[in-house]
Amino acid sequence: MTAAPPRPAAPRTGSLRARRVGLVAALVVAIVALCLLSLAVGANPIPLRLVWTAIVSPTDSDADTVVRTLRMPRTFLGVVVGIALGMAGALIQGHTRNPLADPGLLGVEAGAAFLVVLGISVLGVTNLYGYVWFSFVGAFAASAVVFAVGAAGRGGATPVTLALAGVAISALLGSFTSAMVLSDAATLDAFRFWAVGSLAGRDATIAVDVAPFLAAGVLLGLINAPGLNLLALGEDVARGLGTNLTRVRWTGLAAITLLTGSAVAACGPIAFVGLIVPHVCRAVTGPDQRWLVPASGLAGAVLLLTADVIGRVVVRPGELEVGIVLALVGAPFFVALVRRRRMASL
Amino acid sequence: MSAPAPAASAVTVAGRPALRWRGLSGVWRPRMLAVTAAGLVLLVLAVAVNVGRGDFPIPLGDVLAALAGGGTRGQQFVVWQLRLPRSLTGALVGAALGIGGAITQTVARNPLASPDILGVTAGAGTAAVVVIVLGGGSSTVALSAAGLPLASLAGGLLTAGLVYGLAWRRGIDGYRLVLVGVGVGAAATAVTSWLLIAARIGDAARATVWLTGSLNARGWENVVPVSIALLVLVPVALLLAFGLGALQFGDDTATALGVRVNVARSALIVLAVALTAVATASAGPIAFVALVVPQICLRLVGAPRPPLLASAVYGGLLVVVSDLIARTVLPAELPVGIVTAAIGAPYLIWLLVRGRSARV
Repeated sequence: MTAAPPRPAAPRTGSLRARRVGLVAALVVAIVALCLLSLAVGANPIPLRLVWTAIVSPTDSDADTVVRTLRMPRTFLGVVVGIALGMAGALIQGHTRNPLADPGLLGVEAGAAFLVVLGISVLGVTNLYGYVWFSFVGAFAASAVVFAVGAAGRGGATPVTLALAGVAISALLGSFTSAMVLSDAATLDAFRFWAVGSLAGRDATIAVDVAPFLAAGVLLGLINAPGLNLLALGEDVARGLGTNLTRVRWTGLAAITLLTGSAVAACGPIAFVGLIVPHVCRAVTGPDQRWLVPASGLAGAVLLLTADVIGRVVVRPGELEVGIVLALVGAPFFVALVRRRRMASL
Repeated sequence: MSAPAPAASAVTVAGRPALRWRGLSGVWRPRMLAVTAAGLVLLVLAVAVNVGRGDFPIPLGDVLAALAGGGTRGQQFVVWQLRLPRSLTGALVGAALGIGGAITQTVARNPLASPDILGVTAGAGTAAVVVIVLGGGSSTVALSAAGLPLASLAGGLLTAGLVYGLAWRRGIDGYRLVLVGVGVGAAATAVTSWLLIAARIGDAARATVWLTGSLNARGWENVVPVSIALLVLVPVALLLAFGLGALQFGDDTATALGVRVNVARSALIVLAVALTAVATASAGPIAFVALVVPQICLRLVGAPRPPLLASAVYGGLLVVVSDLIARTVLPAELPVGIVTAAIGAPYLIWLLVRGRSARV
């Protein structure tokens, strides 16, 4: 920074508690509104009145079918995957104390991608449903290896070794993935569409399959938040206050893996949400993880739904994948936010 | 600095003798010197072996003879026209990426930072993929190949300039710079992904090869710009690096120690961006070098921060050895960027498991 006198972190509007409650309330309202929008908008716009009919008293009309079989699962996935990525982002940034950490850091996305490519090139799997379990297994296996490497060093699983282990394993798996993709055009052709991340074309089965893993991840993440506050004081202080460091660490890592793994399995690697959402929320809630983790989850859902709806509108009757819209719409917003205020440090 | 300096012999840092010359002072680190020298020797050897290997094998002795101006006409041609420029491009590009990464990680005080974070590689990638995908099909490959390096150089520098401009608010704050870079980089990457989906499969494959980083068909025209950039920028970086040590302690302490923080940081960031942009234009954004090499060197040297010269030497070594493996061991000629990650990552993992606790 320059030699300018330090300014207060943010213009205070009311008490901190009021701002936090306000943020959470606003996010919940936004999610409800976006869900309705997500059910109504698409290549075939359906008036909200008919959407409501489809939800409460469905007949067999075309509108009902579109809403119930196509848009409901998609909207549900948008909400839960957004929550998963936002929460996982807040947790990973807290655990590594690194503002550049994103949910993919623990190798989850690279592991998923590797097994998906293996499935495409060796077994000829090319449908979305077939990818789910491949990416699940890859995600969990990769993050298990990252934990093992990160914890193997003399200092145990410190934030820096964990982060570097994640980067190393991700790069290694990424190079195997690239090698397979570049050796076979057909594999590249199938893989490049999965690799962008999208909510399109997922049916209710996929949502039902990943739901238990997501629920477990959300629960562990919420349990982990208070312990993460103690970790932020530094390991020695946390230990002195009676924290079981190992338990806090492993709970958090398990939560991140479950959340990110299910998100990737359901929708492919959706970048950006987990990285920026915690920064945005931290600017309002401050560093208290008990507020930051749930708020980041809700904000993740808002961001993902917004991007998905925009992607369905801009190039009608086609669609723009949600992963692409996210970055193109989210990035300017995020940069403006970073410029406008001093970001709360980790 | 007006404080009376004590006699040099009386000053030691953690048991190391201090070096003083006029206004400059440093710490004598024999291990840093040894590691760097060993890396240089290995680099020269790796280049020589790499030049000798291929469809027309040349023994190491003949390679050295051809380099010195001897050998047969055929050997002369293969060494000087085909293989040496490719190996040199690899070595120089690796060096530029390594030192660029070391600078960025030190300035950002973050082991996950690399010049990629400043948007430079994402922008270069987008520009290159635009040329590959929209610049016509395979019929105009030659045309687009000529435009590729220039387009990616322009894309990288423009994007980095945008990041820098957006992050500037009464000075450059490392944290804000990194966050803005992440945002801008993500937008550029999204455009690249969209182009990859929209492209014909042949173009998508070519774009993917470029994005992985490749040394195929690289000649003297690639060696010249990178070597000029290194010759000009590395000495400047080494001079500025004196301020880097103080930046470790945070801005306030560095300012109090008399380092002009904003000037030093801005200049170093510009250097890292320029080095990375030139390297990327020559061989594509070779994966993982900028990120992993500084971390490996830091652990090899046992220094508190990534050593610049060592990072350059080992960056070159990693790329040349990877190219050797890509050309001789792998079935189809896969691009070098695949191998850099495949051998750099296990080495970093081994260093982590062996566990020297190190900070950036």
